[in-house]
Amino acid sequence: MGERQTILEVKDLQTSFFTDDGVIPSVDHIDFHVREGEILGIVGESGCGKSVTSLSIMGLVPSPPGKITSGQILFEGKDLTKFSEKEMRKVRGNDVAMIFQEPMTSLNPLFTIGNQLLEAITLHKKDWNKKKAHARAVEMLKLVGLPRAEELMNDYPHQLSGGMRQRVMIAMALVCDPKLLIADEPTTALDVTIQAQILKLMRELNERLNTAVILITHDLGVVAETCERVVVMYAGKVVEEGTVDTIFNNPQHPYTKGLIASVPDMRYKKQRLYSIPGSVPKPGSINQGCRFAARCEFVFGRCTEENPPLYETTEGHKTRCFLYDEKEVLADDRAAVKS
Amino acid sequence: MTEPLLKVEGLKKYFPVRSGLLGKHTGNVKAVDDISFFVNEGETLGIVGESGCGKSTTGRMLMRLLEPTEGKVTFNGKELTNISKDEMRKARREIQMVFQDPYASLNPRHTIEKILMEPLIVHNIGDPKSRKKKVHDFLEIVGLSSYHAKRYPHQFSGGQRQRIGIARALMTNPKLIIADEPVSALDVSIQAQVLNLMQDLQKELKLTYIFIAHDLGVVRHISDRVGVMYLGRMVELATSESMYAEPLHPYTKALLSAVPVPDPEFKREQIILEGDIPSPSNPPTGCTFHTRCPFKMDICAKDVPQLQEAKTGHFVACHLYNEQLQH
Repeated sequence: MGERQTILEVKDLQTSFFTDDGVIPSVDHIDFHVREGEILGIVGESGCGKSVTSLSIMGLVPSPPGKITSGQILFEGKDLTKFSEKEMRKVRGNDVAMIFQEPMTSLNPLFTIGNQLLEAITLHKKDWNKKKAHARAVEMLKLVGLPRAEELMNDYPHQLSGGMRQRVMIAMALVCDPKLLIADEPTTALDVTIQAQILKLMRELNERLNTAVILITHDLGVVAETCERVVVMYAGKVVEEGTVDTIFNNPQHPYTKGLIASVPDMRYKKQRLYSIPGSVPKPGSINQGCRFAARCEFVFGRCTEENPPLYETTEGHKTRCFLYDEKEVLADDRAAVKS
Repeated sequence: MTEPLLKVEGLKKYFPVRSGLLGKHTGNVKAVDDISFFVNEGETLGIVGESGCGKSTTGRMLMRLLEPTEGKVTFNGKELTNISKDEMRKARREIQMVFQDPYASLNPRHTIEKILMEPLIVHNIGDPKSRKKKVHDFLEIVGLSSYHAKRYPHQFSGGQRQRIGIARALMTNPKLIIADEPVSALDVSIQAQVLNLMQDLQKELKLTYIFIAHDLGVVRHISDRVGVMYLGRMVELATSESMYAEPLHPYTKALLSAVPVPDPEFKREQIILEGDIPSPSNPPTGCTFHTRCPFKMDICAKDVPQLQEAKTGHFVACHLYNEQLQH
């Protein structure tokens, strides 16, 4: 598979919300990268900052109250955080496109599918004439597997089912051949059989067009079936990063382990589900130490006092946990960690 | 064999479609179309299906929160479908419900104590002092503390609210709990807590559950038997072991193969269904699944397949199994 170029690099990104209760860092100094043509999964539970991360990349963080307070977002080497709104508008759709969870609310109910697709095209391809734009729109609808594409151009969003609407959204996102597609919970609102269709479509398009994808989801099953690499987020921090195989077969961070163990598996019956005690901390409520410390069964002195850095345990596998600090591992409990 | 705790026979719910200026009755949405099943005491029956399959409508009809168009529901030897509304209200002491959205199902203006005490007042159980004690006891049972009684719903997280919803359902010491998507609004780690709680309570209080959900993994985990619904009909009903090991109906097969499994090494043949679920206001003739079925035969568009026993305790409504049954 050869070395692929990194197309997006997020460095030390912090996005904060300025509220009456103070400044709340919703995404707190995170780093990750996406390579050309790969599917990167970002998993985490509600409030972990995964959606804010994607909005930060797109420059769509509602401001005020939100603001990128530090860090860089390098897309092909250029820092998107330094871009003006006008420059960002060129990036969006052209280089980086996004699809959202709710296909019902991301399409305008008052305009036809054709209208909305053409708008996206004419906005970015100013030199194209109407006929060319129309042909491109129909081609895209066919590409995402929609039947009777010509007629669909004149249909309104309410005439389509949820799965078809999500296909339209994907067509619209891909209309200008972006290099990166950010999909924020694209199948969460869909039924299982429709979800399977959409995920298959996304995998096929990724292969065919070589578009890199960031897939944001809470569903570990979706990640296992679709992604190459995974970033696990918890309370605004990246807690683990690695290939899908390492994350699922050899999870290291106690949170990742707990998360995987708490999913009921359809293939066999577990007597009792593992459950992580307690609940996700309120954003901004923990300023010192590891954010998972209060729910962690391996917690020890250091965890509540220092912020754990990301330790690279094996090539490409990183964990934000003191258990993997060389000092600690050497000290005693390597065995305990593994069990 | 003892009588099942709940028996459902030929249950139907048609919602009339009215159109035109005079609101003429022009058709029906067949939300639930002739389903029958039973639930034994102490077991968990899971009902799965995609949106619009009628699983929630079924749950509501069992409690008569929706009046069935046709059919008979017998609970504990007593028919629920022919008694007056007043009597039904009394019968609900024994059947309680847990809802999906713990945000919408708790009154934001009432304290937890008031919310939990209400079922006791409605059913005239105990005196104020004993009611208060019971509220505090049940808060402890569901993993909260008695000091939470004075708080309001907004002060709790989603998982905690669902615990309160469960506590409310338990206040009247019911025999049967109908849980409609009780964990689907919750995060994975919280979902596991609530599922474990429900299993513990079942053992401790000898509860019977009807667990309605769309997540097949969750349903397998909690259920003894599972019914699969598609467009208002029960297409397959079996023990969860049998259902997941060897699904018979083509829809169940596709459904199970479509569920993403959290294991990157797990390989399987995925059956990806074409198209969408048809509208229940104009369902296909014969077997409602025939428009998407990879094994469609001529008979499928004509005759409605009946739920029949293909293996011991494994029921399926599909013409593919007709022959096998006749031999």
